[in-house]
Amino acid sequence: MSAALAAPATELLRAIGPIDCDLHPAPPRMTQLLPYLDAHWREAMVTRGIDGLDLSSYPPGAPISARPDWRDAEGKPAAGLDSLRAQALDPWGTRIGILSCLHGSIAMYSEDMGAALARAVNEWLAREWLDHEPRLRASVTVCMRDPVQAAAEIERCAADPRFVQVLLLVNGDQPLGRRSLWPIYEAAQRHGLPVGVHAGSVYHHPVTSMGWPSYYVEDYVANAPAFQNQLLSLITEGVFQKFPELRVVLLESGFTWLPPFLWRVNKTWRGLRTEVPWIDRAPGEIIREQVRFTLQPADAPPGALEPVIEQMGSERMLLFSTDYPHWQFDEEGPLPAGLPEHLVPRIALDNARETYPRLRDIQV
Amino acid sequence: MTRHVVARCDEIPPGGRRIVMVEGRSIGVFNLGGEFYALLDRCPHQAGRLCLGDTIGLVQSREPGSYEFSRPGELLKCPWHGWEFDIRTGQSWCDPKRTRVRTYPVAVESGESLVKGPYVAETFPVSVEQDFVVVDI
Repeated sequence: MSAALAAPATELLRAIGPIDCDLHPAPPRMTQLLPYLDAHWREAMVTRGIDGLDLSSYPPGAPISARPDWRDAEGKPAAGLDSLRAQALDPWGTRIGILSCLHGSIAMYSEDMGAALARAVNEWLAREWLDHEPRLRASVTVCMRDPVQAAAEIERCAADPRFVQVLLLVNGDQPLGRRSLWPIYEAAQRHGLPVGVHAGSVYHHPVTSMGWPSYYVEDYVANAPAFQNQLLSLITEGVFQKFPELRVVLLESGFTWLPPFLWRVNKTWRGLRTEVPWIDRAPGEIIREQVRFTLQPADAPPGALEPVIEQMGSERMLLFSTDYPHWQFDEEGPLPAGLPEHLVPRIALDNARETYPRLRDIQV
Repeated sequence: MTRHVVARCDEIPPGGRRIVMVEGRSIGVFNLGGEFYALLDRCPHQAGRLCLGDTIGLVQSREPGSYEFSRPGELLKCPWHGWEFDIRTGQSWCDPKRTRVRTYPVAVESGESLVKGPYVAETFPVSVEQDFVVVDI
């Protein structure tokens, strides 16, 4: 066993200058988006009084949605660049941070309104955040309901090299491997954009296969099985065969569930291979090559982390994240205690550079 | 190696199989289009009775949604966990590098040549008029 971290390891992190793969600016109010909507949609938003498009998965007042000391006077976290710099970038010496805006446009039933708002969010990200802070990059926001318009938005944003991945939610309209979603993966692969799948739901279906739960704790924890289901869908439907250069990054997914999941998938595939003959090697191998996981939340006691990472079978799969401003850690910092110290440089920097083609050439 | 006469050829028609005991080992003898193959009746995974499994064709794919079916009846699917093995080679389809079931050389010999010996025919007499399946163990 290598030396395990006794948290906090802030100095180690600062010396490396990490890439933070999971940062969330506060979803914009409609007044902030109006400048980025065309005349029709601007008037539609005003006359119809549409606002408050935070995702229900992260109710603004819920504890998980923001660490208390990261909320401003109005209770809103990550509302502006100053707080993001002071709370998320500067403390860990973050070299690059990837913004994923968890905005309701992702979840719209209306395909056209969803596309218009997603486009406005992307413009807002570029003009209000990326233009002012060279350390920032962003995920392309798309409305999951309409993969064709989503692909067009990916196409449009890909011209700006500061957009480095595509953002989807783990609980969308359908299993993520379905062919109707392939235009998104095709566009993402063509432009060297990993597809980031974030925790959360568009709430077009119950968040558990048993139906609607009663409590937020169920809703939040149910993200983990949702990630398993979606990962399995991506594999069995052949997305990784069809798009061999595609990388999928699971954001706020947790990762300690992976080893037993890999065991079960590999085992079952051996017996049921003929159903999915395009899967030409053990699913675990495909996952190790093409799927990555962000570090926070790390759901394991300190002593369990090293064996779990060993069982994952690769040191290249974990990407540093704070999940700011979501409340995943306190003063112990974003590197979980028990993380093998020799892996920190890989997790903090190298793995993200290998995963994101658009970050390969950053200064290190 | 000892040559064991395990069946008359006409007892195992094309597509058929016979499980025989030879030197205390259970062995499956398969007829694929007139060619005979013998496999140890023990799955290398968890020792299931492999040779009791279904024989199936080979399904391959160029890309998601394409199903290319070939070699009907030439793979054996373990009845316990469904692992596929190539009857001709004993190789596992899912894990060809590490997993293989033991195979044995099989020949068809005329009764006329067999009566000259040496051979072991444990369960039935050899007659000059017929052809026999002979497994080397």
